[in-house]
Amino acid sequence: MTSPYPLLSILGIVIGALSIAASLIYVERRLLALWQDRYGPNRTGYFGLLQVVADAIKIFMKEDWVAPFADKPVFILAPAVIFVTVLMSFAVLPVAPGIIVSDLNVGLLFFLAMSSLGVYSVVLAGWSSDNKYALLGGMRAAAQMLSYEVFMGLSLMGVVVLAGSFSLPAIVEAQRKMWFVIPQFPGFVLFLIAGLAETRRIPFDLSEAESELVAGYHSEYSGMKFGMFFVGEYMGITLISGMISVLFFGGWLGPVFPGVVWFFIKTFVFISLFILLRAALPRPRFDQLMSWGWKVMLPLALVNVLLAGAAVLLWR
Amino acid sequence: MFSILRTIWYVFLHAFQKRITVQYPEQKPYLAPRYRGRIVLSRDPDGGERCVACNLCAVACPVGCIALQATEDENGRRYPDFFRINFSRCIFCGYCEEACPTYAIQLTPDFEMGEFHRKNLVYEKKDLLIDGPGKYPGYNFWRVAGVQIGGKNKGEAAHESPPVDVRSLLP
Repeated sequence: MTSPYPLLSILGIVIGALSIAASLIYVERRLLALWQDRYGPNRTGYFGLLQVVADAIKIFMKEDWVAPFADKPVFILAPAVIFVTVLMSFAVLPVAPGIIVSDLNVGLLFFLAMSSLGVYSVVLAGWSSDNKYALLGGMRAAAQMLSYEVFMGLSLMGVVVLAGSFSLPAIVEAQRKMWFVIPQFPGFVLFLIAGLAETRRIPFDLSEAESELVAGYHSEYSGMKFGMFFVGEYMGITLISGMISVLFFGGWLGPVFPGVVWFFIKTFVFISLFILLRAALPRPRFDQLMSWGWKVMLPLALVNVLLAGAAVLLWR
Repeated sequence: MFSILRTIWYVFLHAFQKRITVQYPEQKPYLAPRYRGRIVLSRDPDGGERCVACNLCAVACPVGCIALQATEDENGRRYPDFFRINFSRCIFCGYCEEACPTYAIQLTPDFEMGEFHRKNLVYEKKDLLIDGPGKYPGYNFWRVAGVQIGGKNKGEAAHESPPVDVRSLLP
């Protein structure tokens, strides 16, 4: 089921992903303000909507400085890596029937592979900056990704077992009777936590941890290179939210409205949830994070796979 | 685990609470009458300058932002020839107001003093002097002080008895 107009849907998804990521700057600030009894940016344009434009102009005008002690090629490459890997993952994200760049039959594995590659960006940025805080941030990111990547994949195996396919449109179609969040609730929770860790959002932002590591891996970055990390992070949020809605909440399936609308509603709900978690939760200690990942989440994910497999064997 | 979920729920409920932001330029915050803002020089109820150029405010000022020069008018009243406050240094501590013996220098509930050029923050006497008596409406220093000036001899001030004639033996 590939799109009838492949170029059109490629363009649509790239532009859509980028503009959603850009507008998330505004959405996040407004929502954080909402939960902190403030208003957030409301001066530039109607409801502060032009804040995105103002931020973009500002960040493009900034001096694009490369530290003299940095490993220059790697330093420049690192922000591009996160951008490219996240954008590549969007290729397998089914927005609506027919609106997908590439319906790979291993779409889910491709997504997992690309999100694992994304960690190179952070590690290389931390390494090439030649700065102890950046390096610590990069190392933390590497360890965190390694341990959370493991059960991220495992948490999705329940969905794969139920749907009988790695292809994301097929997984959505398999949810016509029931969203997978109901039989696979533990898988959903595990994937949500792993996705949070994957995007390095606030409860799991130990790689930036401004109160301990200045700004972590992007301490030495400025201007649009820093902006690339930021946009990459926001695109990561969009991607993980989209993935949650596709894998557990039936993607484009829904009454009355067309599929695209349902997909965006569901995705936006999870984006808001990510921002709410940022507003609510403190950052755990690093050893807590690791032991939580290996000692709690990984066994839970394994048990979940076991039970899902057993259930499918019994009732099919 | 439960406490994490409860935290998330409580933070979510904040969406429906009242905003604490004061939308500043449209909506002014309440400033108490004794708020320490822009400094003014006040006048007597009669319209004369209260400041007697005693320099106590300049001495009390911890950042040394007040400069003035004393002079006298034809009646023998002391007043400042120039009075200059550099508001780019002023920290609005209010010590000058406390030090002032004549209630001349006063801090007002106004803080909107933004300027594009730093030199515009240096206020001269004409910028500082106001037409009214400020926070102390009835007070007139020269009416209650025992100093002799033109139009008021010794013993003619309020609550003051005529000076004792030291050469007289009468009580």
